[in-house]
Amino acid sequence: MNINAQIAKTYIVTNKKLTGVAVAGVVLGMSIYIFMNSMLMGFDKSSSKSIFKSSPHIRVYKDDEISKPLVNSNGKQMLLSNPKIVPSKNTIINPAQVITSIQSMKDVQIVTAQVNANIFYNSGKSQITGLCSGINPEEANRMYSISSTIVEGNLEALKGNPNGILIGSGVSEKMSLRVNDYVNITSSKGVNKAFKIVGIFKTSNSVIDKSKSYVNILSAQQLLKEGNVYVTDINVNISNPDDAEKIATLIAARTNYKAEGWKQANETLMAAQRMRKIIITFVSTTILLVAGFGIYNILNMTITQKINDIAILKAMGFKGKDVIRIFVTQAVTVGVMGVIGGMIMATVIITLLQHVYVGGDIGYFPITYEVTKYIQGVVVGMIITFFAGYIPAKKAANIDPVEIFRK
Amino acid sequence: MKILESKSISKYFTDPVEFQVLKNISFDVNKGEFMTLVGKSGSGKSTLLYVLSTMDTDYSGELIIDGQVTGKLSKDELAGLRNEKIGFVFQFHYLLSDFTSLQNVMLPALKLGKLSHQEIEEKAYQKLAMLGLSDQAMKLSSKLSGGQQQRVAIARALINDPLIIMGDEPTGNLDSKNTRIVFDIFQELSKNYGQTIIAVTHDDDFASKSDRIVELKDGEVIRS
Repeated sequence: MNINAQIAKTYIVTNKKLTGVAVAGVVLGMSIYIFMNSMLMGFDKSSSKSIFKSSPHIRVYKDDEISKPLVNSNGKQMLLSNPKIVPSKNTIINPAQVITSIQSMKDVQIVTAQVNANIFYNSGKSQITGLCSGINPEEANRMYSISSTIVEGNLEALKGNPNGILIGSGVSEKMSLRVNDYVNITSSKGVNKAFKIVGIFKTSNSVIDKSKSYVNILSAQQLLKEGNVYVTDINVNISNPDDAEKIATLIAARTNYKAEGWKQANETLMAAQRMRKIIITFVSTTILLVAGFGIYNILNMTITQKINDIAILKAMGFKGKDVIRIFVTQAVTVGVMGVIGGMIMATVIITLLQHVYVGGDIGYFPITYEVTKYIQGVVVGMIITFFAGYIPAKKAANIDPVEIFRK
Repeated sequence: MKILESKSISKYFTDPVEFQVLKNISFDVNKGEFMTLVGKSGSGKSTLLYVLSTMDTDYSGELIIDGQVTGKLSKDELAGLRNEKIGFVFQFHYLLSDFTSLQNVMLPALKLGKLSHQEIEEKAYQKLAMLGLSDQAMKLSSKLSGGQQQRVAIARALINDPLIIMGDEPTGNLDSKNTRIVFDIFQELSKNYGQTIIAVTHDDDFASKSDRIVELKDGEVIRS
């Protein structure tokens, strides 16, 4: 061990109380930093998980088209003064080909066709409006994990059953419908059809529960008086949901239909997520900075106490950089102890929270050990500690021994 | 042989008003000389010592130590020079209170880094023994009496076998018995080991017994 490190060690050991307080500060700052950032990631994961229960990563559909205002060559005179939606079907032409084309793309995992129909649920005199999604049960389950939301009945019964329907728990309550009951559905095209309830699902979103139902895609096409090539939506899941926007543009370019990523479709949630991120990053970094101020203060105190030592060391031939090394070593030692303690404490906090039940469809507190956040915390913590030590050490290095000896 | 030369050294204090504290001070110190700097309070003797020690670089004139012109050296180079060639003994002993006597004595040698840790420890122990402190080696320096602390400080000043030992009132707050001990040590060092001693003192008795007295008055040498 070189002499500077030896002196630093002596100061750390002889000032156990001060060292302890400084270390405790870093431990606290560090653990809260790691914990809060892990929590943030947990929240984000759980919120996207709940989004993906009802929406795909990318939705491909035919957007309403506005008739183009015909303009003459000099660009001045409008021939069509009030452009409106072109009355055309919202159908994707030749869906099978579009699906195969999307499926051949990189990173695409699931591609499934969907037909959405606005409907009425009828039971006696009561009537509820709702949305009926015609799906391929197997593919849709892989995409939304519908089976995990089913509270009564099961999804299996829907497969290959053109008369089966899965309804939301809200619909079932309002109309007091149970599994094996029949519900009459009227579509916007005036088609009336009775379905047998094979299951009831409950998501975290009560609006969906009160309106949505799933039937086989063929039945939905019947409700809309359409043939089996009528598809309104093609839903796509990809390997990394964060790439949704990028891949959506590729799909749009390839298929010429509108492709919308989940972030675009859930802009409000995304905004909330960004806001949460800003707040948590700000708060956790501040806490870590405060721990840095703790080290700074304590080192400043040590330097004031040891000002005679510094003067004598300089008289004996210790250089300015030796003095810096002594105090930076002291700060970094405190930092390392604090960082290690902080990681242990963060792990303890996260472990405890993982066992806290918060209810809803979240269940247990959504937090995991985020290795990246541990690393980030260590790096940020060490940088702060270094500077918290370097600034007072620099001051100590500039002490003029003559001034001290003359007092 | 000249070990230290002071060539027309002048120094000004500018705070609170400009004031010339050292006026054209020139003298030589030979190897093995036991020199004392005397003068009344405010005569500039301590200021001169700090200039000679290379710690105070804010002066005009030339200072040559062991043939080296110090004005051209950087602060770090001066620190290296002090480490190797100059030992210090101060009035308030200035030991590092968190370290034992032995560690205090070892510090300058560890900084110099020419010997192994083992050799330094042995040498430090010898120096302490020479000053009659072998039984105090492992004690924290803050637990020693004033006279013992001053002797530890002398041992520390000797560890690198410096050419010059500088003392700022080395006996300033010691009783007559300890003052005599310190004087005897200094005398032995200059006589038997050829080390040069430059000590600031206002103890006339101490000064009169030294080889040479340089007296300052109002920043000027009036006797050398």
